[in-house]
Amino acid sequence: MSDAAHAHDDHGHHAHPTGIMRWLTTTNHKDIGSLYLFFALFMLFVAGSMALLIRAELFQPGLQLVHPDFFNQLTTMHGLIMIFGVIMPAFSGFANWQVPLMLGAPDMAFPRMNNWAFWLLPVAGFFLLVSFWLPGGAVAGGWTMYPPLFIQGGISYDLTILAVHIMGLSSIMGSINIITTILNMRAPGLTLMKMPLFVWTWLITAYLLIATMPVLAGAVTMLLTDRNFGTHFFNAAGGGDPVMFQHIFWFFAHPEVYILILPAFGIVSQVIPTFARKPLFGYASMVYATASIAVLSFIVWAHHMFTVGMPVTAQLFFMFSTMLIAVPTGVKVFNWVATMWKGSMTFETPMLFAIAFVCLFTIGGFSGLVLAIAPVDIQLHDTYYVVAHFHYVLVSGALFAIFAGLYYWLPKWTGHMYNETLGKWHFWLSVIGMNIVFFPMHFLGLAGMPRRIPDYALQFTEFNQIATVGAFIFGFSQLILLTVVLKAIKGGEKATTQVWEGAEGLEWTVPSPAPYHTFETAPVVK
Amino acid sequence: MSLAQTDKYFLPQPSLWPIIGSAALFLMAVGGVMVMREIDHGGWILLAGLGVMIFMMIGWFSEVIRDSEAGRFNRQVDSSFRWSMSWFIFSEVMFFAAFFGALFYTRMLSVPWLGESDTMEQLWPAFKATWPTAGPGLTADGFQFTPMGAWGLPAINTLLLLTSGVTVTWAHWGLKKSNRSQLILGLAMTVALGVTFIGLQAYEYHHAYTEMGLTLGAGVYGATFFMLTGFHGFHVLVGTIMLIVMLLRSIAGHFTAEHHFAFEAVSWYWHFVDVVWVLLFILVYWLI
Repeated sequence: MSDAAHAHDDHGHHAHPTGIMRWLTTTNHKDIGSLYLFFALFMLFVAGSMALLIRAELFQPGLQLVHPDFFNQLTTMHGLIMIFGVIMPAFSGFANWQVPLMLGAPDMAFPRMNNWAFWLLPVAGFFLLVSFWLPGGAVAGGWTMYPPLFIQGGISYDLTILAVHIMGLSSIMGSINIITTILNMRAPGLTLMKMPLFVWTWLITAYLLIATMPVLAGAVTMLLTDRNFGTHFFNAAGGGDPVMFQHIFWFFAHPEVYILILPAFGIVSQVIPTFARKPLFGYASMVYATASIAVLSFIVWAHHMFTVGMPVTAQLFFMFSTMLIAVPTGVKVFNWVATMWKGSMTFETPMLFAIAFVCLFTIGGFSGLVLAIAPVDIQLHDTYYVVAHFHYVLVSGALFAIFAGLYYWLPKWTGHMYNETLGKWHFWLSVIGMNIVFFPMHFLGLAGMPRRIPDYALQFTEFNQIATVGAFIFGFSQLILLTVVLKAIKGGEKATTQVWEGAEGLEWTVPSPAPYHTFETAPVVK
Repeated sequence: MSLAQTDKYFLPQPSLWPIIGSAALFLMAVGGVMVMREIDHGGWILLAGLGVMIFMMIGWFSEVIRDSEAGRFNRQVDSSFRWSMSWFIFSEVMFFAAFFGALFYTRMLSVPWLGESDTMEQLWPAFKATWPTAGPGLTADGFQFTPMGAWGLPAINTLLLLTSGVTVTWAHWGLKKSNRSQLILGLAMTVALGVTFIGLQAYEYHHAYTEMGLTLGAGVYGATFFMLTGFHGFHVLVGTIMLIVMLLRSIAGHFTAEHHFAFEAVSWYWHFVDVVWVLLFILVYWLI
């Protein structure tokens, strides 16, 4: 990539730092996008290893491998890192690489702030990981950080709260940057309703992040002051209420789950038209559906709390508003299927992951609809049914879309085609492994197995053993992904400018690999 | 700013400031945790982090000011600044919303629930669910405090901040008419009002802690009172520092009648802080 940097000497009349300083000081959206993606890839293996330890412990009833408290640390940190350290940074990486390329902009609106938004993440990531070695170990109260458990823990709880603050700061700065880029840096002629859907979904995601991350910051600040400065926000003796934390937290965290899926919708909406060789069906309805999901996400939060005690009217309100979300989501699934209808389809790896996304995310959506029904949720709350549900939307949803996007844009980023055979192996092992892990969990949950417990009753053994086998298949097949990525960076078949026959959009008009500086003069879109 | 420059994008050079900022936050977090956990020397690490942070902010903002004075910011950059400042203020609104939410939830829902359920009658039978309250457990233990009234210092503070909103707008009019002395005088008055506000707020806190038994630990009333007014006070402090920078830049001859978004951004921020205060005055001080 350094060759590409020199190719633009008309712009680069200054010396660019090299080596480590290039990455520490970079203001280039492509460098920063790569940093985000490598960070996410690294953290995927860290948090994935935690998941494998969890599944190994659950292979048999009784306590085998780890101490129950360490088990709780693993489930907590697996969740926190997968959300804040893998899915969100990966989407930010995609946004950094693709939004300027798709808009015909030379870079993000605020390149220096862009650098800072990334370089806060390693700080927060370090705090989360190092807490395993602090007295008392890492946080073990669940990623949702509920009091009173979260108020009682030791030093790593304070450190984790500050790590969440730092990650929030990073997300807010990143989102302000993305939203400003989209609103102000579009090429002439590229009106809002002509933008690629990936950009649209990120515009709405960035709005959700700016609206909710400060609320999370407020919630964890209250935890911090309850822990260290004598406040009584979540203590009934002082007139506070632990349930209040859950309300504030889920006011953040329900929009957060759409933050984790809307960019995935965007990626899939780019990939499917390319390989179906048809324009996206119902573009405008896709935009409106995304916006509706974002609006609705603010009024459904208490469906996570049906069992904590709430007036019946509130339960009914949150139940029905939650079900409403199925409407715009259904519109999206319909449009993806309609895009493929009578298309000239081919099944390269990105398309395979996108199709798996449509099928499996829909399963996760349906189990979400089941959980939206308050009386059913009261039965299923904190069982493995919930674990099955959110892994269908986050693994076969968010993560598969990330894989689809990675295979789709890797040739544009590296200039080399990835190895299609390895990609297909990665796909099939992932999709089979993923279903073996998580499908049995529906049955475990319906039968009443509680989550976040290292031991279980004997009758749950078989399904747990199946799930653990699937987890190891899924986990180890990600090494293929690593191989594919490293091989594509090192070499391989040269990618053409358009890369995919059916690909459309500004990013496919620049050479592969995309030069260090692109669109220094804005293209005109007709 | 000439029109010819508007079709060229502004792309800054690689910069060390962000990574210095990350180092600062690293030190501040480590030091902060050590202070909270009462580990030796944590305070020094926290101070060091704060020092690096101040160094970073001075360095980074100086660079941006130099870029601006060198005429590198065209209309497109100006427009980016406007969008981003609006979204930043929106994020601040949502931050305060979390604490206002806590105030509404406890006042309207959870404190009344504490007074009416059967369990509570067993636990704390004497508890009267009224506002303000330090909560049933603290009250049963004999904890007492006086709530903060609205019509003493808080009313004066309201007057001060509302007036400062007028003076900063007057300064802006001066800037738009290229009347530099009006700009400088208006800013100086705004800064003076801001500093007076912070002083009175500090005096009010001192009074609350020493005379009224009203502390952070005074149940959920004390917690919401100090967190809301405290974060607001911190924002006034930050706003005042920003106004002082604008004052110094105005004296140094920065800004033109057409090109002065830094000044406008600070005045937007100041008005935002003003609005939050009016809400605080009505909902925290007055309606108790």
